[in-house]
Amino acid sequence: MTPRIFTPLVLFLVIGFLIGPFFIIVAASLSGGETLAFPPQGFSLKWVAKVFTVESFQESFAISMLLAIGGTAAALVLGVPASYALSRYKLPFGETIRTIVSLPIIVPGIIVGLALLRYIVVPFGLNITLTLFLAHTALVLPYAVRVVSASLNNLRSDIEEAAVLLGSSRAGAFFRVVMPNIRSGILAAFILGFVTSFNQVPVSLFLSGPGVRTLPIDMLSYMEITYDPSVAALSALLAFMSIGIVFLAERFLGFSRYV
Amino acid sequence: MSDAPFLSLEKLTLAYGDTVAVKDLDLSIRKGELVAFLGPSGCGKTTTMRSIAGLLSPASGAIKLDGADITRVSANKRSVGLVFQSYALFPHLTVFENVAFGLRLKKLPAAEIESRVTAGLKSVGLSNFSARKPGELSGGQQQRVALARSMVMEPKVLLLDEPLSNLDARLRLEMRTELQRVQKETGVTMIFVTHDQGEALSLADRIVVMLNGAIEQIGTPEDIYNRPISRFVADFVGFENIFAVEGGKLKAGNGPIDLSGSLPPDTAGLAWRPRMVTLGSGPFQGTVRGASFSGSTREYLLDTPLGAIKAEEDAALAARETGSAIAFDLPVEKAARLKKFG
Ligand SMILES: Nc1ncnc2c1ncn2[C@@H]1O[C@H](COP(=O)(O)OP(=O)(O)OP(=O)(O)O)[C@@H](O)[C@H]1O
Ligand SMILES: [Mg+2]
Repeated sequence: MTPRIFTPLVLFLVIGFLIGPFFIIVAASLSGGETLAFPPQGFSLKWVAKVFTVESFQESFAISMLLAIGGTAAALVLGVPASYALSRYKLPFGETIRTIVSLPIIVPGIIVGLALLRYIVVPFGLNITLTLFLAHTALVLPYAVRVVSASLNNLRSDIEEAAVLLGSSRAGAFFRVVMPNIRSGILAAFILGFVTSFNQVPVSLFLSGPGVRTLPIDMLSYMEITYDPSVAALSALLAFMSIGIVFLAERFLGFSRYV
Repeated sequence: MSDAPFLSLEKLTLAYGDTVAVKDLDLSIRKGELVAFLGPSGCGKTTTMRSIAGLLSPASGAIKLDGADITRVSANKRSVGLVFQSYALFPHLTVFENVAFGLRLKKLPAAEIESRVTAGLKSVGLSNFSARKPGELSGGQQQRVALARSMVMEPKVLLLDEPLSNLDARLRLEMRTELQRVQKETGVTMIFVTHDQGEALSLADRIVVMLNGAIEQIGTPEDIYNRPISRFVADFVGFENIFAVEGGKLKAGNGPIDLSGSLPPDTAGLAWRPRMVTLGSGPFQGTVRGASFSGSTREYLLDTPLGAIKAEEDAALAARETGSAIAFDLPVEKAARLKKFG
């Protein structure tokens, strides 16, 4: 085979492999049949409509939304000052702190979930929702620190000194001249964190108990019982939601600069 | 300009951790003076400025301003302005809001802020740029915004860290005049840092030459230019023929040389600019090794028993041939007498 054919072929296969499943899901969700199948049998929107009537989906969607928004917000509340301190001051063990903060990216979610369940939830009887919230905060924190650090490093530190010499306190300088200049970095971190948290499976899997389930976990258990195309319809809707968010972020913030 | 010191640094020692950057610095500056800090890279100019501004607290010593000890006063309460070498404008604010920043923090009435900012921008010639963001300005314009931002605060002392180094030659000249005008108009006490002796000589009332974290010489531009007191300063301002003196004798290549004139006992060295060397007559003999023409003058490099000598002559005189023997003199009465050689 010549490279002339070989290269486009590899490219085609890679792209097909990456986004093919997405098209399959979308097609399957528009099926007129009763079971999840590809190619779809007939065309209908009934499964898309059904998604909105399943009660457990509504509950778990709300939980996932709350976790994603609350966890990401908490991660930013911790992550922005942390990034600021790491980038502006020579902290003792600064590198170590950076590594520890990045750990949740490196350690497999399954291990984090199991560890939290075995050593926190079970022995201390900690509330599941609270644990889920803490776990999601920890998972998002590395992204928050990395993205916010990137935009802080692009910002010269002498503007803070300039603000101080014009009469501002150190803290005032942070809010008046640092925050406004890293706003798009913070928004980018929020979006990345939101998507990460919303799509999170392995950690949530261990921590989902009766009554408290995130949407991806709920979809897994729904499929075990009811094998109809509504799961595909929901997946497609969520995928479109993520695409929409990232598209808006790219459009207004130049999102890809930060990731 | 009164004679009482307005700003004084007393035995100021500044350090970064264990590294001492400035040691035992004593300096007093009068009200309304325009002072230049001149010195090679790393000699502690920025460090000294930052401590006056309050961004770096001294390891020891004191800073006094307008009769008060401000050594421990925090940077936001000192009434000291600093124009950063990088301008440090706030990128998210318009030119107007940059200049208004400090006035808003002072909670002045809106009308007063408006009028002071407008006047400030007008005085640096940027009235038409008030709605722009710093990113939409040239380097020189950004610098003038930074200047206006500090000036509207009416600081007691305005510090400028290499205010002209990022500008091209034409703008530099323009800003030089600008700075001088603003200083004369407002009478603000000003200290600026520079690497460039020409800038220091043409702008300053007084020049502080620094070396290795200490003051080498303080004086008027005339003092510094004509009467350097150390080998370093002499070299820095263009004395190219510099010799040590020991026991009234010039230490030169082939042993000590007796000088005609008499010298004060504390003379450690003598220095001549190329144009102070007399060519064509004198007690010394040399050979012309090279010549270069620079428009109004011709510069010669001589091989002599004293070592290499640089001399300069009016270009209207006939050129001297390379390789020819020549008599010359180093007139003691013209030389700069150095008290420090080392
Ligand atoms: N943040 C710092 N940490 C440690 N040492 C520093 C720091 N800043 C400056 N120094 C050291 O202090 C000394 C004086 O530095 P300073 O910046 O005051 O020099 P300068 O005269 O302003 O030089 P330049 O003309 O290059 O700006 C130098 O030896 C420098 O290496
Ligand atoms: Mg400097």
